[in-house]
Amino acid sequence: MAVLTRPSTAIPASRSRRSPVTWYRSGGLSSIVFALPLVLIFLYFSWGPIVRGLVLSFQKNNLVTTPEWVGMANFSYVLTDPQLPQATLNTLYFALLALIFGFPVPLFLAVFISELRKTGWLYNVFSYLPAVVPPVAAILLWKFFYDPSTSGVFNAILGWFGIGPFAWLNSPDLAMPAIVIEATWAGAGATSIIYLAALTGVRTELYEAAELDGAGIWRRVWHVTLPQIRGIILIMMLLQLIGTFQVFTEPFLFTGGGPDNATTTILLLIYRYAFINGDFGAATALSVLLALVLCVLSVAYHFMTRRWSTT
Amino acid sequence: MTAEAQERGIISTADRKRPLIQYGLPAIQVLLFIGVVIAGVGPLLWLLKSGLSTSQDILQGPMQLWPSGIQWQNMPDAWTRVQIGSYLGNTAIIAIGSLLSTLFVCTTGAFVLSVLRPKWGPIVTGAVLATLFLPGVISLVPLYLTILKMPVLGVNLQNTFWAVWLPQAAGAFNILVMKRYFDAIPRELIEAARIDGASNLRLFTSLILPLSKPILGVVALLTVIGSWKDYLWPLLVLPDPKLQPISVALPRVAETTEISLQMSALFLAVLIPVVLFLIFQKQFLRGVGMSGGIKD
Repeated sequence: MAVLTRPSTAIPASRSRRSPVTWYRSGGLSSIVFALPLVLIFLYFSWGPIVRGLVLSFQKNNLVTTPEWVGMANFSYVLTDPQLPQATLNTLYFALLALIFGFPVPLFLAVFISELRKTGWLYNVFSYLPAVVPPVAAILLWKFFYDPSTSGVFNAILGWFGIGPFAWLNSPDLAMPAIVIEATWAGAGATSIIYLAALTGVRTELYEAAELDGAGIWRRVWHVTLPQIRGIILIMMLLQLIGTFQVFTEPFLFTGGGPDNATTTILLLIYRYAFINGDFGAATALSVLLALVLCVLSVAYHFMTRRWSTT
Repeated sequence: MTAEAQERGIISTADRKRPLIQYGLPAIQVLLFIGVVIAGVGPLLWLLKSGLSTSQDILQGPMQLWPSGIQWQNMPDAWTRVQIGSYLGNTAIIAIGSLLSTLFVCTTGAFVLSVLRPKWGPIVTGAVLATLFLPGVISLVPLYLTILKMPVLGVNLQNTFWAVWLPQAAGAFNILVMKRYFDAIPRELIEAARIDGASNLRLFTSLILPLSKPILGVVALLTVIGSWKDYLWPLLVLPDPKLQPISVALPRVAETTEISLQMSALFLAVLIPVVLFLIFQKQFLRGVGMSGGIKD
């Protein structure tokens, strides 16, 4: 603020009556030049597409004929599509499984690693390795691991213990858990690093006090450690939820939505509407609906956790 | 005493003397270590082994410790026949371009919003902040249509690297992180530079940028990781196989090549990021850890 006010105090005229010359001298032009990249990029690739998405969802658009207004037709088409309930359930199922598998593992890993003074970094490096592998390469590799024949990698390993063989990705019941296990493997390392960074801020003198009050190790973790990193835990949970609701690459490459639509997620449905059927109106309508749900979810989550943390 | 208190964790020295902890803790440590090694290194070693085996070995005995013979020829074959080299090159071009465009947009933007602070600054900040709360899915299809025909300009960016580089730069997160960092630079430094007669451009290049090297590194790292991992977007805007990055090319290639070459190709694709990570692991882990602190 100081930069702008200094010239205007030198000139007795009020702000609104400043001439273009003083505006130029006070650096008004260079502000605009510096802001230009940001404003242009956001107009073209962020603000513009968001507005255009809202407009498109009320239009019939297949890129060939000129777009025409169709009111709520796209929304009613999307909402009555018989595939939608299945895709919604699949997405919720994916989110739930990802939360069950993917939430405790990195948290446990981080709390444990933070206890190891000398060798902790080694655990860190190894557990972060899967996150470095490009996701597509990891998926192709795991797809091979999930080979349903008895000589498939996972089936061979389980066979040593007399378990299996399983059909994995070919089975409607196992396909989704199989995908989530791979996603957890790929994501746990990065999440645990973030928890670990948060854990360095935990005030350790409280452990002393808790111990003197007779709290065992688990109660110290539960009542001292976790409450202090609650903020980051809640944020990571919300980010994970938002991420899993928009999951695409894993089901697309693992199963393409099959078997029997058991892994068709909402984003896969959007992809099919837009890039297979060429129905951009329906695709954006479903995107807008999903975005609305996610916004409501984050607002509700925000208020719920706020109330929770004050009590 | 205080130094010891700083060092202590959840488990105290008194705890460590209890037999359950004394023996149980190392046991958990070893078990967890084995688990982490199997999960982290196992698939990579398996990939190395399979990349050097014949297709028959991979299909019939995927869990055999040693293949029937080492096929060194697989690697150069994957490089030339599957053209892994050129796909890796595309990936690097995409990552570097995204990095440059992101850094350019977010440093200049944050400089205006944080240091120059024009009257209309808060409006722009608000508009950038608002996009942070909207999930990315809402703009997927319209962004694709924008690339096909840029409004006003009328150009089609499909099958050019610009289609990947430019949308990358429109990340609200990077701009806000950068702005927050610039906000923390003492105003006295900026005032002093101004009194010395520094122009805005000079202020930007000689004062603000050198002071913000750490955050530039973090944003750069996260951008490169993000663009390396991206799949759907380059799949949509780069249908030309000659321009595709490795992540888009691999699934397409996998359908037509034999399994041994597939595995060598996968290995080569995995090798570079893993080696880079092992060399720069400290910076990597710190950068990723910091990104969490920023989200907070």
